[in-house]
Parts: sequence; C-alpha cells; structure tokens
Amino acid sequence: MRVPVSWLVEHLGFDEVPTPEELAEAFTRIGIEVEEVTPLGPVTGPIVAGRVVEIEELTEFKKPIRYCKVEVGPEQVNQIICGATNFVEGDSVVVALPGAVLPGDFVIAERKTYGRVSQGMICAADELGIGDDHSGILVLPTGTAQPGDDAMELLGLNDSVLELAPTPDRGYAFSVRGLAREIACALDVPFGDPGGVEIPEPEGEAWPVHIEDRPGCSRFVARRVTGVDPTAPTPWWMRRRLMLAGMRSISLPVDVTNYVMLELGQPLHAFDASALSGALTVRRALVGEKLTTLDDQVRALDVDDIVIADDSGVISLAGVMGGASTEVGDASSDILLEAANWDPASIARTVRRHKLPSEAAKRFERTVDPALAPVALERAAKLLNHYAEGQIKPGRTDVGVPALPVAVSMPIDLPDRVAGVRYARGVTARRLGQIGCQVSVTTSEEGQTIVTAVPPTWRADLVQPADLVEEVLRLEGYDTIPSVLPPAPAGRGLTEQQRRRRTVWRTLAEDGFVEVKPFPFIDPSVFDAFGLAEGDVRRNTVGVLNPLEADKNVLATTLLPGLLETLQRNLARGAKDVSLYNVAQVTLPRAQQVPVPALGVDRRPTEAELASLLASLPHQPLHVAGVLTGHRELAGWWGKGRIADWSDAVEAARRVGAAYGVTLRVVASDLLPWHPGRCAELRVGDWPVGHAGELHPKVVEKLGLPKRTVAFELDLDALPLDDHRPAPIVSAYPPVLLDVALVVDDSVAVQSVSEVLRASAGDLLEDIRLFDVYTGEQVGEGKKSLAYSLRFRAPDRTLTVEEATTARDAAVAAAGERVGAALRA
Amino acid sequence: MSGANDPYDPKQVAALSAENLDAAVQKAREAFAGAADLEALAAVKPGHLGDRSPVLLARREIGALPPKAKAEAGKRVNVAQSAIRTAFDERFAVLQVERDERVLREESVDVTLPWDRFPRGARHPITTLAERIGDVFVAMGYEIAEGPELETEWFNFDALNFGKDHPARSMQDTFYIAPGDSQLVLRTHTSPVQARTLLERELPVYVVCPGRTFRTDELDATHTPVFHQVEGLAIDKGLTMGHLKGTLDAFARSMFGEDSKTRLRPSFFPFTEPSAEVDVWFPEKKGGAGWVEWGGCGMVNPNVLRATGVDPEVYSGFAFGMGLERTLQFRNGLPDMRDMVEGDVRFTQPFGTEA
Repeated sequence: MRVPVSWLVEHLGFDEVPTPEELAEAFTRIGIEVEEVTPLGPVTGPIVAGRVVEIEELTEFKKPIRYCKVEVGPEQVNQIICGATNFVEGDSVVVALPGAVLPGDFVIAERKTYGRVSQGMICAADELGIGDDHSGILVLPTGTAQPGDDAMELLGLNDSVLELAPTPDRGYAFSVRGLAREIACALDVPFGDPGGVEIPEPEGEAWPVHIEDRPGCSRFVARRVTGVDPTAPTPWWMRRRLMLAGMRSISLPVDVTNYVMLELGQPLHAFDASALSGALTVRRALVGEKLTTLDDQVRALDVDDIVIADDSGVISLAGVMGGASTEVGDASSDILLEAANWDPASIARTVRRHKLPSEAAKRFERTVDPALAPVALERAAKLLNHYAEGQIKPGRTDVGVPALPVAVSMPIDLPDRVAGVRYARGVTARRLGQIGCQVSVTTSEEGQTIVTAVPPTWRADLVQPADLVEEVLRLEGYDTIPSVLPPAPAGRGLTEQQRRRRTVWRTLAEDGFVEVKPFPFIDPSVFDAFGLAEGDVRRNTVGVLNPLEADKNVLATTLLPGLLETLQRNLARGAKDVSLYNVAQVTLPRAQQVPVPALGVDRRPTEAELASLLASLPHQPLHVAGVLTGHRELAGWWGKGRIADWSDAVEAARRVGAAYGVTLRVVASDLLPWHPGRCAELRVGDWPVGHAGELHPKVVEKLGLPKRTVAFELDLDALPLDDHRPAPIVSAYPPVLLDVALVVDDSVAVQSVSEVLRASAGDLLEDIRLFDVYTGEQVGEGKKSLAYSLRFRAPDRTLTVEEATTARDAAVAAAGERVGAALRA
Repeated sequence: MSGANDPYDPKQVAALSAENLDAAVQKAREAFAGAADLEALAAVKPGHLGDRSPVLLARREIGALPPKAKAEAGKRVNVAQSAIRTAFDERFAVLQVERDERVLREESVDVTLPWDRFPRGARHPITTLAERIGDVFVAMGYEIAEGPELETEWFNFDALNFGKDHPARSMQDTFYIAPGDSQLVLRTHTSPVQARTLLERELPVYVVCPGRTFRTDELDATHTPVFHQVEGLAIDKGLTMGHLKGTLDAFARSMFGEDSKTRLRPSFFPFTEPSAEVDVWFPEKKGGAGWVEWGGCGMVNPNVLRATGVDPEVYSGFAFGMGLERTLQFRNGLPDMRDMVEGDVRFTQPFGTEA
C-alpha cells in the first residue's frame, strides 16, 4: 500500500513531523514492512499553473503534435509544443518554464522543436515525479489555480510516498486510518480517528436488500445519494492522493469510493441506482449464471461465488468487481453506495478462480472492520454532497449481524514470560489500550492478575493470548528482548543412518565425483528414450498439477534423467571428462493409494488417523546415483590415462555400499537403460538395491551422450544399518603365499569362483585376490583362466608350506566340483 | 727394523723390514687416494689388501723368524695392515657418500609437473552448508529431524495454523500434486517437520531440519523453484523469545563470525505468534558491514501445539527457518542463483568436499 506522508500525518498530533525515514523506521520496528520511501520530485525552478488559450494542431508530423498558447502569468502567454492530446482550450495545466529542472536532471529551456520555438513544457504527472501516470498531461480541475500560481505548493512536491507491505493478518493496516494508528502507538503521539464520523439516525431504508447467504455476507449497508452532478470534477487534493497511492482518477463517484477505501479501509461500491431493478439479493451464484464485469469481461460464475442480484439477475461479483450493467457512468446522477462485510475465505476463492485480484478483494480477504460500513458510507455520501451537490437521502439500509471480536484474557505477566523480559508495571494494559482494546484487570481465584482485552472491531486477528502478547512485545520493541542461550538437554548426536549418509556423500566426492542437484521434475518421455516397457515400474509416476515447464510434469522415480540432463549441459559447455552424482529423494506411488483422511487441528490426531495420514503419502526413498563419461584417470605427461568403463560404475556403487558399512554383491543383470551385457545388479544378500554398468548404446544414442557413458543408482534407504563392529585378530607369524590358475567356462561368473575358493580354503586363508584373467588359445575356446594369489597365515604359529598347500588344494577341489574349475596345465 | 740391538742374529728378512712395510702403506694410501670412484677403489683394493698384496706376503715370512723376533715382526705387519685397511675404509666412506649424492642428484625430477591424474570431486556447497549447520546445532544439543518432500496439506498448512483460505496459504506459491483433490503438495517450507517432530518425539524437543523445498517461482538470478531451508524447533518448559534470540545469535556467529549478531523485526507467520523476521549483521557484506534479511522465526503458535497434542499451558517454544541458497548467496557473494541449480562442474568443483 502506498501512502503519502502528508496524508498519514494529517491524523497525527506531531509537534514536529518526523522525516519520512523516521516514519519508515518506526513502521519497520513495529512490523509493517517498508518496501520503499520515494520522495516526490525533485523539481526546481519555475513551475507554474497555466491556462491553455489556443491549440494549433500540427499535421505535418507522424504523430499528433500541438502548438499551444498557454497563459502562464498575468499578461504572459508562452508558446509551447506538446505531444499529448488529452486537453482542450481553457484547461488548467502545469507548465515547467525555461530554467526549471525536472526529476532525472531534465533541464527545461526555450528551444526549437518540430519547427517551432517552445517556451517550456506542459507536464505529465510522472514527469513531475508524482506517481507514474503518463497517459497524458496533468489537467487540473477547473478553478484549482490561476495562471502563474506557483505549482510547487499546488502539487505538494515537498512530500514523500511510503510503500508499505503490512502482513496479511493485519487487514486494518491496509488503510491510512490503520497505518496512522500504528504510528501513533509506535511513537506515542495523539491520533485523530478519521473514522470518527457522526452517523445520523436513518429514516427508513435506502434500498430493499435481502441477505440470503448469511455466511457469505455478515453485514450489508447502503446509502443513496441523488442529484449528483455527473460533470463535477474530482477535487485536485483527492486526485493527487489517489494518484500518489497508485490509483487512477475515473470519475468523482468512483474516486470517492476509492478514496474512502484508502482512508478507512472499507471498500465501497457505487451503483447507478437508475439501472437497478427491484430489491437487491445477496446469494451464491446459480449454475450457469454469467456476469459482465466492469472490465467488460463476461465471466461464468461458480456456485461458490457470492453475488449481488436484482430482478435482472446478477449485477455484481460481491467484494471483487462490480457489473457493467449498473456501472456509474458519465450521466449517472442517482447513486446507491454499498458497503458490506464479505466472508474472507469466499472472496479469496473467487479471486483465485477468476484471477481477479483487486484492491477491494485484497482488503476483504484480510477481514474488514465490521463496524466501518456505515461510517465509510457517511463519509462517501458527504463527499458527494460537498463536491457534486448530491442529496443524501435520509434512509439507510443496514442488514446482517456482524461478528464482533470476543474478549481475550490472559495472566498479565504472560508477555513478560514469553519475551523473557520484566516489563515495567502497567505496560501490558497500556499497550493493549493503545491499540484500541477495552482493557480490564482482575484477580483470579488463585490470586493471579488477569488482564482481559476486548479487541477493537478492526482487530479480528486478536483471538488468543499469544496475539495480545505479540502486540505488547512489538510495541515495546523486539530490540528490548535479551539474547539468552537456552540450556538444551544433551542430544544423542546424529543417528546411525545420518552418519552413514554423510559418509556416502563424502566418499563419492573424495572419489572424484561432483555433486549436482537437478530438480525432481522430469519429462515422462525420457522413459521412452530409456526404452522402458509400458508396464515398467519407473513409469508409474506422481504428477504435478501446476508444473513450471509443461512437459516436465512428473516427479522422478529415478535420479538418472536429471543426472543425464546435467551431464548433457556440462558436455554442451565443453566439459569432456565428467563424473556426477546426486543424492535425493525419489517419489514412488503406492500400489494402493490411501485417501488422505480429513483431520482437524483442534487436537492431536489419533494413532490410527496419523497412520492413515502417513500412509496417504507416496513412498519417498533416498537414492544415490552417479554418471561417468570420458577419462576416469586423466591423460597427461605420465601416460594415456584411462577411460571410464562399466567397472567404474560398479566400483563406485560398491564403494557407496562400503561407506554405508555394507558389502554389495554383484549379479549379472539386464535392466534398461543399461547395456544388457554390461549391467550389474547390486544386492545385499539376495535383496536387490540398485544397478550399475554401461548404458545401452541405443539410449546413449537417443540422448546424445558420449559412447560408453556409464551410470549407477542405489536405493540408500534399502541398505541395512548393519551393526558392523569388527574385532580382527592380527597374527604376527609369517604368511605363505600361493598362486593358483583355474580354467573355467566363459559363462562362469568370476565372483562365484572367488566365493567358492574363499569358502573352501579354510580358516588359514587370510586374503584372496584375482590378479589376472586370460582368454586365448592356451586355454581353449569358450574358456578363461583366472589367476589368483592366496595368502595363508596361522594365528598361533609359523604356517608350513605343506599346510597351506593342503588348504589350497581343498579350495581348488571345491571349485572343480561346484563351478567346474580345472587347474591350468 | 734393524736388528742391531738384538741379542740374536736373526736372519734378515727384507719383506719384513720397517722400510718396506712403510713403503707398502704409503703405496696403498696413494693408490686409494687415486681411486676416483668406488669401482676404481675396488679395482686397486686387491693389490694392497688382497692375498698377494705386499703386506700379506710379508706376513707369510714371519714364520721363518726366530721365535724372539716373531712378535716384533708380527706387530709391525699388523700395524701396517691396519693402516692400509683404515686408509681403504676412509676412502671407501668418502667415495660412497660421493656416489650416494650423485645418484640422488641424477634421480632428481621436476616436481612442478602437474599432478592432476585423478579428476577432483566436490560436494555441492548447499550440502556442505546444511551439514555444517547441522553440526552447529548438534553441538548445542539439538538433533536432526527429517521429513518427506511430497507432503500432505495437513502437515504443510493445516497443522501449521494456515486457515483453509487464508491469504498466507496463497502467499506460498505451491506446487500441487495431481489429481486436483489429492490434498498433497510439494512442501513449501521445512516447517511441516515441526508438526511431524511434535507428533513423533518425546518432549522436550530441540531439532533442526535441513531439507529441500518447493515454490512456483520462475528460475532467475535470485529465485529458484527448488531450494533448501533449515528449520529449527525447540519446545520445552519456560522457553522465551530471549532464548530464540540467543539461539539465533549463536547460529549467526557460527556462520558469519564472532562479530555477527541478529535483529528481530515483527512479522507474521501463521505457525508462530509472536513472529519476527531475522536480519543478520554480516561483517563482510558487499559495500560494508550491514544487516541482511536472513529468515523468519517466532514463538510456536499455541494452535500448532494443540494440533499436535502438546499442552500450550505447560510447554512453549520457538521455531525459525532460513533459506540455504540465500545464506550461501550473500555469505559467499554468489551473484546468480542459477549456478546453484544448473550443475555445472566448474561451479561446484572449487568448493571441494568441505567448503
């Protein structure tokens, strides 16, 4: 909300008016955010009121140009070129004479332009630094000023505009009245309430009105003003204030409703009473009803929209925007003014549904003072009476029963206890009184001093003790609250899982991977590129209703799409050797979608309610995934380096497992998007937890990735938190080292041979390591030779070669039996 | 040695004469000194210390001497042989040192050759920051709480005292989950973890929760639709806003240095009352030390406690939340938020594993 300082301080009893910066500081201190302080101008030099005497239209230019004779003082007429056309001869305008300097160091001088000599400039509002209206030059209402009058004072250029952003709970602060009261509290100065208007006793109704929808409308007040001069202009002071508040002047009746809204916070609507037929009814829209709103849009109404209807049908979208058929126009003289209290939630829904944010709706959504409607109508009617000779009819319609704030009680020292401050005696009662509460202090049966505050009508936000506490604390100043570190109880530190996750995170980075954080939004067509079957579980995604990018409208079930896209971006930017990883949640729908239970907030949910609430969420396990392309070890002066291959992906996955304290088993697998012959399934025991290997050549081609790009992905949450507490016995006796070469069929997995050897070599085997794999003529077609080195050691004695040999032979024999291994000749 | 004083008449043996032995020693010394390296030394060694060397040959003659002269001649030979041995050893030591030095000299390399054999990895700075914040609070006795990113509206809004159609609900531009009536959202803040914590844990609770959050902001230099927050929550008996301030000050000092501190400005959040915006005094702010908007905080609204079954008459507490991207942006002077989400390795790598 934008407010000129001059308007704000009009209601405050300052001995000395503070600077705009001091006011801004005061607002900030009590919790009204200040977005900007904008001084008007700056303008120096001769700026005067002028009267347009004669207009000569110059037609030789591409755009309309006027050469005007403008009276700028007694007996003084200047010739001025002007590009605007929104004025006529006789209009009163503002002229910057040669020598004037306008905002932006714009120096006005007599100069030749469009082939004529121009002695000054006829100004638009924004050129003068008052608002941002540049729809034409500023035309002052007739009689505002005489030619030659100093325009500086007239325009009130010695002023600033504060742009304030009150929080949405403080509806009252969306008005000059509310903001001035805040300053009065903040700076302890007297406040003159502009809402203190005397309301005369009505004589009868202004217009028949029925509220059919009580929840939607708690109060509806109307007042009628007849004989309004439709040609009466909006007085300059009002136009200026509207302009500085960011609103355009439309016509006096509309300007008056806007002005009163800004001043008091009560939105008003003006109907052309002559266009109304019959009584007004407040109700919800009916199925199929339509309304042409003031902006000439035809709107299909929703049965949840609150409307005002007359015999002709719907004439207004209540609280949001009026209808075109009853709009106050150029000829309207019979005006019905409406002020009401609409249900904030309904208004909020209507605004969202019709995408129709308005100044009125903004206030209704934040709750309008229910006592304000008759006050605002009286103020508006009087303005119409004063500036347009309107006759205020004696009747007033006032239907509905507004909800008034309810008294709130609390121990008088609650603010002290919440703040951790001992406030001076009487502070709580004084502050609550200052914001408009009726305050009483009593003693409870237990002897506790209780303060009871009946909030003022405009403070619907004060409903519980905590709300009163905040008022005391903010007005006393948050800066008076001390800084004390609470003695927290001894914590248990990170959980086992948190510690291991951190190790995973760090291990991959230490291992040369760079962590990236792609968004979880993916384009489901990526699964086509992956070649996934129709029924693949990864295609079973959760959708986003309002995605930022229309095609990325589902949540990732695998981290690979995001990683591969990030990989592509890096490659497109010239990177060659890239290893990326990501640790993030994925979203997996449940087989059976459990509906979200309807839960209140007035008590803790029962265990059953809580269980069904938690079960209504998709499964969201934490995954870790990585992709590699290019060199794993770089080429350099030391040699050629090494290109990343499938085994790097498997190794990375296994290192993740090791970091988590789990040994991952590897089993050959065939899962897209991996290469069917180069895909490892990683298992904990027999439980699959992820995959690693080289990507399928077709996938790589479709995604435009470098050949032989490799990847892994693991479900971190599927890894068990093994209680890994080794207690190794380290023997100081010498080892016996024996090598063995075994020939097996090509189809036999190395891991199975290793496992048999390890399992069958007995307790004396300390370590086994595969050091060579050979295929070729010497072992025959379809065979491979595996060379192992075995280290044997005894815990209690020097092992003899014979003992070690016996153990090795047993292992070889077992390998022969179980995997068909033969000693290499 | 002359035998002039001997009571006997020993047979004169020339090889055992003092003159000859001295000459042998002298020759050996010269030969060793003349050896330029260990190989040359080894080559001349047999001529002076070998079986056929003059001193060794002389020793063979001792047996021919009369018994009384044997001792004297033996002593002479021993002295000579020992002198030669010493000369050899000394020369050997000198040459060995020379050889070792030469070998080391010859083996020297240019150690300034680049050593970037293994590409460097790095953690995302947001990860490191989240971990660091976690450590700061764990050190204060807090624990780290977690929650899902896809959340029920009940946890994200209802339990946090957001009225059904309260404007505050639309302030947080929310990603909704299909279908339209799912009542599921991508969490707009880490605050739902407050409600989860209060439902799951025994009181008192002191937790922080770093995590990923979502709002429908277009990606630009200062906004990203996917971002990270850290939430703090303390519920105990007798907690005050002064405790909140003290905690925030300690947090600020750990992040921005000993000279840092915080300032609270009244504000509004549905789940806290009183509420405040937190500004932090940042000594290294661009253009000079100053206040920077850091996050939101307040005393937990009794309505939140009621919805989670905590008696607001007995317990009170505070909560706070900060944006990690924002913290990183002003702390590290990062000009563009997009760098944090695009995943360009050139952005992340300089942060290493511990930024």
